[in-house]
Amino acid sequence: MSSKSTLNEAPAAVIRKAAQHVVQNEGLIFEKSAPGKRGMEIPPLDVPAVNPAVALGREFAREDVEGFPEVSEIEVVRHFTRLSTWNYAIDLGMYPLGSCTMKYNPRVNEFVARLEGLASEHPEQPGEVSQGCLRILYDLQKCLISITGMDAATLQPAAGAQGELTGLLMIRAYLESQGNPRKKVLIPDSAHGTNPASVVIAGYEVQNIKSNAQGQIDTDHLREFVKEDVAALMLTNPNTLGVFEERIAEIAAVLHDRGALLYMDGANMNALAGIARPGDFGVDVMHLNLHKTFSTPHGGGGPGAGPVMVRKILEPFLPIPVVVQRENGQYALEHNRPQSVGRVRAYCGNFGVLLRALAYTLAYGPGIRQATEDAVLNANYIRKNLEDLFDLPYSLPSMHEVVFSDARQKARGVNTMDMAKRLLDYGFHAYTTAFPLIVPGAMMIEPTESESKEECDLFIDAMRSIAAEAEMNPDLVKSAPHSTRVGRLDEVAAARKPILRWRPADEKELAHDA
Amino acid sequence: MRYLPKSPSERHEMLKAIGVGSVEELFQSVPEKFRLRAPLDLPGPLSEMEIIQYFQNRAAENARGFGSFLGAGVYRHVRSVTADALVQRGEFLTSYTPYQAEISQGTLTAIFEFQTLMCQLTGQDVANASMYDGSTALTEAVLMAQRLTGRSRVLVARSVHPEYRQVLATYARNLGIEIVDIGYTQSGQLDRAAIEKAKLGDAAAIVAQSPNFFGVLEELPALAEAAHPAGALLVTCITEPVSLGVVRPPTEADIVAMEGQAFGVSPSYGGPYVGVLATREKFVRQMPGRLAGQTTDAAGRRGFVLTLATREQHIRREKATSNICTNEALYALAATIHLCLLGKEGLREQALHNLAKARFALAELEKIPGVRRVFSGPFFNEFTLEFPRSVKMINDDLLREKIIGPYPLGTHYPELTKRAVVCVTETTSRAEIEHMCAAVRRILERPV
Repeated sequence: MSSKSTLNEAPAAVIRKAAQHVVQNEGLIFEKSAPGKRGMEIPPLDVPAVNPAVALGREFAREDVEGFPEVSEIEVVRHFTRLSTWNYAIDLGMYPLGSCTMKYNPRVNEFVARLEGLASEHPEQPGEVSQGCLRILYDLQKCLISITGMDAATLQPAAGAQGELTGLLMIRAYLESQGNPRKKVLIPDSAHGTNPASVVIAGYEVQNIKSNAQGQIDTDHLREFVKEDVAALMLTNPNTLGVFEERIAEIAAVLHDRGALLYMDGANMNALAGIARPGDFGVDVMHLNLHKTFSTPHGGGGPGAGPVMVRKILEPFLPIPVVVQRENGQYALEHNRPQSVGRVRAYCGNFGVLLRALAYTLAYGPGIRQATEDAVLNANYIRKNLEDLFDLPYSLPSMHEVVFSDARQKARGVNTMDMAKRLLDYGFHAYTTAFPLIVPGAMMIEPTESESKEECDLFIDAMRSIAAEAEMNPDLVKSAPHSTRVGRLDEVAAARKPILRWRPADEKELAHDA
Repeated sequence: MRYLPKSPSERHEMLKAIGVGSVEELFQSVPEKFRLRAPLDLPGPLSEMEIIQYFQNRAAENARGFGSFLGAGVYRHVRSVTADALVQRGEFLTSYTPYQAEISQGTLTAIFEFQTLMCQLTGQDVANASMYDGSTALTEAVLMAQRLTGRSRVLVARSVHPEYRQVLATYARNLGIEIVDIGYTQSGQLDRAAIEKAKLGDAAAIVAQSPNFFGVLEELPALAEAAHPAGALLVTCITEPVSLGVVRPPTEADIVAMEGQAFGVSPSYGGPYVGVLATREKFVRQMPGRLAGQTTDAAGRRGFVLTLATREQHIRREKATSNICTNEALYALAATIHLCLLGKEGLREQALHNLAKARFALAELEKIPGVRRVFSGPFFNEFTLEFPRSVKMINDDLLREKIIGPYPLGTHYPELTKRAVVCVTETTSRAEIEHMCAAVRRILERPV
C-alpha cells in the first residue's frame, strides 16, 4: 500500500497562497453596504399603516438600526458563497477528528427536515394536529432505546453537554428520593471537558481519578474512591483513547454496591452501535450525541441534540414533557410528572435534528452494525499503517479511533499542532490535538465509516509524508499551513485586545480617541 | 448500503493488512457476553424514496396548511429561499466547529458578522457566537449575573415566557439561586412596587422580557434605574426580535438573552433555533459560549479566530463559565444571511407591518361582543384578549376550520383563564384575520 519510501524523498516545495483572487479578498458584508439597497421584499401592507411613535409611544419607538447592512440579493449570494469556499467540510474530504465522529451527512435528511407539515409546525400547537411530529419523536425514542439497550429516553437536551447535565440532574433527583443526593461525581482524567463543567452545574463536586498504565479505570483504585458521598462515575466508553473498558461490568458493580450510579458519555457510541449495548453492561444513564453518531450536520459548530437514555429506576425523573403513546394509539406530551427534574429547554428540544437522526437510523435499520464495523476497520487500518512512524503511548486494541503522540517528532522540535496544521496543506482537516489530556502531544484520529479505502490511503500517505518532513525539514512543518487562504493567525493578539464586532470607520476612530 | 464506501473485497484487503482474519477480531476487547448476537430490533433499512414517504406521511398528520394566530415565543415570519439555499452549501452545512481557523474562515467571518448584527440590534457591545435557544440563553444570562455580582437572588417577572422560567428553575435549583417571582400590573407590565418590596439590595438581577409573554413592552429604563443603584443587573429577554426593527433596543440592560428564531428560522416544532447572548464590553470575560475575534496572520491579512477560550469548558473544565460546547452555528448563519437580505429597510418595514396588522386584528376582534383587551401597555405583534368562554373550547372549534387559535394563558397562569395571547405577523393576510374573526364570532354566538 502507501508510500513508505517518502521518508527518503525531499518534501514538496512550499505552495504560495492565492490571495490575489477576488474570491479570496471578499470583505465583510458591512463594507458592501450602501443606503437604499435591499435583498428581500415583503408583500404590500393590506391593512392601514400606523405611526410607531403613536402606536407604541415615543419613548418605546426606534428610528432605525444603525449600521445595519443594505445590500442586494446577488451581493448576499456572492458574499456567502465566497465565504463558504474558505471552509473545509465533510463534503470536501475527511475529518480525522478524534472524538468528534465527523461522518457523512446524508442529503435526504436535509430534504425531509424541510417538508411543509414538519418545518412549519409550531411547538405549542394542539396535540391533535401534531400527531406526525409526536410520532417522529416517539419512533426515534424507540430506536435509540433499542440501540442502547436502555429503558427510557428524553430527547429534550439541545446538545451533548446539556444531555450530561440532564443525566446528572436525574441522578441527583433519584438519589434524593433515596434520602441523600451525595456530594461528588468521579471523572477519569481522560474525560471530555464538558463532563466536569456539567457536574458543577448539577451542584456536585468533581473528583478526578487517574487512569492506569493502560489508560483504563483501575477497579481497585476506583474502590478506594467510591465512598458514601459519591453519586456517580462519569465514564466514556470506549474511552477517549478509543479503548473499550474491559472491566466495565466490574466498574458498574463497584458503584452499584455502594449505591452510586454509572453515567456513560455516549460520545463514542459510533464504536458500539449494533455491537454492544450500554444497557447490557451496567450503565444507568447515558447521553448520545446525534450530531456525531447519528450523522446530523455539524454546521460549523451546531446544532446538536443530546438525548439521555436511562434505566427504569430513573424514568420518573425524566424532564417534562415526556412523549408517550396512549392506549388509543394517539401520541401526547405528558407534563404531569411530579418527580421530574423539570425542563431543560423550551419545547421538545431540537426537533429538526432529532428528525434527521431518525432518517439516518431508518436508512440503516439493523445494518447500522456494518457502519460500526467499518468505522473500527478504518481506525485499525490507519493505526497499522502509521504505528511504525508515530509513538503509540497505549497499545491496547483500538476501536473507532487511535491515539498517537508526537513523542518521536518532538525530538526534531515538531509538535502535534505543527503536524496537524501541516495536514491542512495536504487537503485534510487536522486530527484532534489537545485531547485526551492523559496523552501529552496527543494525535487523536477518528476516520469514521464514511471514508473509503482510497481516502484512508491518501490520509496515511499524508501522515507518512509529514513524518518525513518532520525529519528532513522540520521548519516546513513548524510554519504550516502554507496553502490555506490565511496563515496561522495571531491568537494572542486576538485575546489581548478583543475585536468582537465590526464598527464603521468613523466609530472606530472615536473608540480609538476615547 | 449507500452511505458506506467500501466493497467486500476492500474490506477483506484492509483486514488482511491489519493482520486479522475477520472484523469480529477487532472487537475482542468487548467482553464476549456483551456482544450482540442478534440483529438490533430496528425498522429499516429504507431507501431514500421510502424515507421521504415516511416523513411525508408524518407531515400529513400535522397542521399542514393551517392558518395560525399562535406566537408565544415562536413566530411565523417571511423566510427567503436564497438564505436556505446558502446554508445548505456543504462547506457551511458539513463543516466542523472552526477551531482550525485557517480552513474555517468562512464560518468565522460569518460568526463575526452575526455578532455584529446582534450588537446593532440589541444596542449591546458584544454578542457571542450563539447559545442553544432563548430559554437556555436566559438561564446562562442569570448564571452570568450571579458570577458578576456575587449575589444569588434573582427577581424574575412572571411575564417572562413560562417555559423559559421552568428552564431557569431547573438550573437554579442546585446552584443556590433563589428565584423571586414578580407579578404584573393592569398594564401587563412588571409590578415595580413588588420589586421594591422584594429588596433589591441583595439581588443579582431583575429579569424582564420585552415584549413580554403577554405581548406588552416593559419600561426597561425605569427597571435599570431601580436595579443599578442597588448593585443589581438588568437582564432582558427577547423572544420576538423582529420587534427591534421598530422598538427601542434594550441599551440599558446589562445582559440581553434573545431567541433568534424569528430571523428566518422555521418553527420546526421547537427547534433548532438560535439563542443570542449580548452584554457590555466589561462583562465579556464572564460570558459563556464561543466568540469570534478579529486578528491577522503573519503576512498582515485580516482573519478571524475563536478567542477568549479560557472561559470555556475545553480549557477550564470544572472552572469554566458554562458547560456549553456545541452551539447553533448553522442557525446563526441562517439568521445572518436572512438579516443581510432583509437589510435596514426591510427589517423596519417588516416590523411596521407587524405593528399595523396586530392593531388591525385587535380592532376587529374587539368588535365581537364579550371579547376585550386585557392589558393596557404598549404592544408589538401580540396582545392578550379575554373571551367570554373557555379558550380551549374556542380553539377546538377553530381547529375544525383549519385555524390554530391564540395561546391560552390558563395553563401557566391560573388567574388568567379565558385569556389568550393573539399573534399576528406580516405573513398573516387581512383575509385570514377577517376569516378568523368571523369564525370566533360564529363560535361565540352559538349557544353553549
